[in-house]
Amino acid sequence: MINKERYQRQIILKEFGEAGQQKLRNARLLIVGAGGLGCPALQYLVSSGVGAIGIVDFDVVDLTNLHRQILYTVDDIGKPKAIVAEAKLKLLNSEIKITPYNLKLDNQNALSIISNYDLVIDGSDNFTTRYLVNDACVLLNKPLVYGAVLRFEGQVGVFNLADKNGIKANYRDLFPNPPDSDSILSCNEIGVLGVVPGVIGIMQATEAIKIITGIGEVLVNQIVTCNLLTNSSFKFNISINVNSTLLIPKNETEFLNFNYKFFCGTNNMDHEITYAAFDKLKSTSSFTIIDVREFNELPEVNEFKFLHIPLSDFENKILAIDIIGPIVFYCQTGKRSSIAVDIIKNKFSNCEVYSLRGGILGWKNYHNKIIIKNDRKEN
Amino acid sequence: MEIKILAFGEIAEVIGNSEMKINDLKNTNELNVKLIELYPALASIKFAMAVNQKVVQSITMLNNADVVALLPPFSGG
Repeated sequence: MINKERYQRQIILKEFGEAGQQKLRNARLLIVGAGGLGCPALQYLVSSGVGAIGIVDFDVVDLTNLHRQILYTVDDIGKPKAIVAEAKLKLLNSEIKITPYNLKLDNQNALSIISNYDLVIDGSDNFTTRYLVNDACVLLNKPLVYGAVLRFEGQVGVFNLADKNGIKANYRDLFPNPPDSDSILSCNEIGVLGVVPGVIGIMQATEAIKIITGIGEVLVNQIVTCNLLTNSSFKFNISINVNSTLLIPKNETEFLNFNYKFFCGTNNMDHEITYAAFDKLKSTSSFTIIDVREFNELPEVNEFKFLHIPLSDFENKILAIDIIGPIVFYCQTGKRSSIAVDIIKNKFSNCEVYSLRGGILGWKNYHNKIIIKNDRKEN
Repeated sequence: MEIKILAFGEIAEVIGNSEMKINDLKNTNELNVKLIELYPALASIKFAMAVNQKVVQSITMLNNADVVALLPPFSGG
């Protein structure tokens, strides 16, 4: 039973009515990202009576989030956003079924999570997730309410929802590929005025409510850009781009094998690294090391953790693995690892990937010399 | 003939203005060349282009008083 008193002020709207409230109650909506866009969108969607809401976020609350992520307080710093958001939103409206997903959305879990929902709101903060969510929504045929912000500006649009001619555009029809890594600007580096994601997130929530209840004019196949410093806005009409349609995985298997981290890599540097640079990088945990030698080649490596993908089977295996951070390839002498870098660079020019110069033989030799040198000093 | 350019996000940053006018261009390809000639930094920025609010993907003819909008992707949330 719907608590009519709670929603009385919107039920009395003749365009909305009890039918609109019932449609909201029956809806299942997923928000990707409980940050600057997600927080205000969630607060209004929960207050408005959307029946079931999923929240995906792997991140924890940070002090620098609080100027725009208004669900959280200083007491929440260090706690997982999805879990904190669920607790706060339950207090706001206990009638709503809220499901937190305290995880990073990736191509392995996206389809099973998104398929539980009727509609998706993208409130993420990176291109990897944005392309992943877009492609998953295209595959699963789910409407996607897109929103993004930077500095004093924001963009809102609705994708993968048929207009009156049956046309469904998506994010790739506007931006077929992610921007080059060195031109990527983020809120972390460039900044954003706290109210900007508030306005854009609430516009996303509004579009979601309009889609669910069937009222008003939805931004189907359109994107609006708003500059809050100048109070100006501009609407773009998007049509289907045949070439970008070809870029989207065609089925679940292609999606599971499409490495979005490579596709939207965030760095572009010189490919060869020295032993000293390798050792320094190796000490950071967010790094993937891959041995591209054939199995059983000596010397064995037990000085650090690595994945093993022989070059002979490289192109089949590499797209399916889950990488963390940048990648370093190594082989015996550095030749095959350079080929591995070239293969990756040809497919994904933005990917941050290195070859260990001189290979594992050289690296072991280098360490032996350091040990010998130290021994001599001690003697 | 004169066309009006509307710039958003970092495109406006590079151009130093959110609006400008350019004369005597036949099509969007010539406009791209002209923009990069005037603002070389634009060569490394991906952006969508709309002529009279319609996003275009192929070379499109330009006419007097057309409004061309340049929109870069944002990722922030």
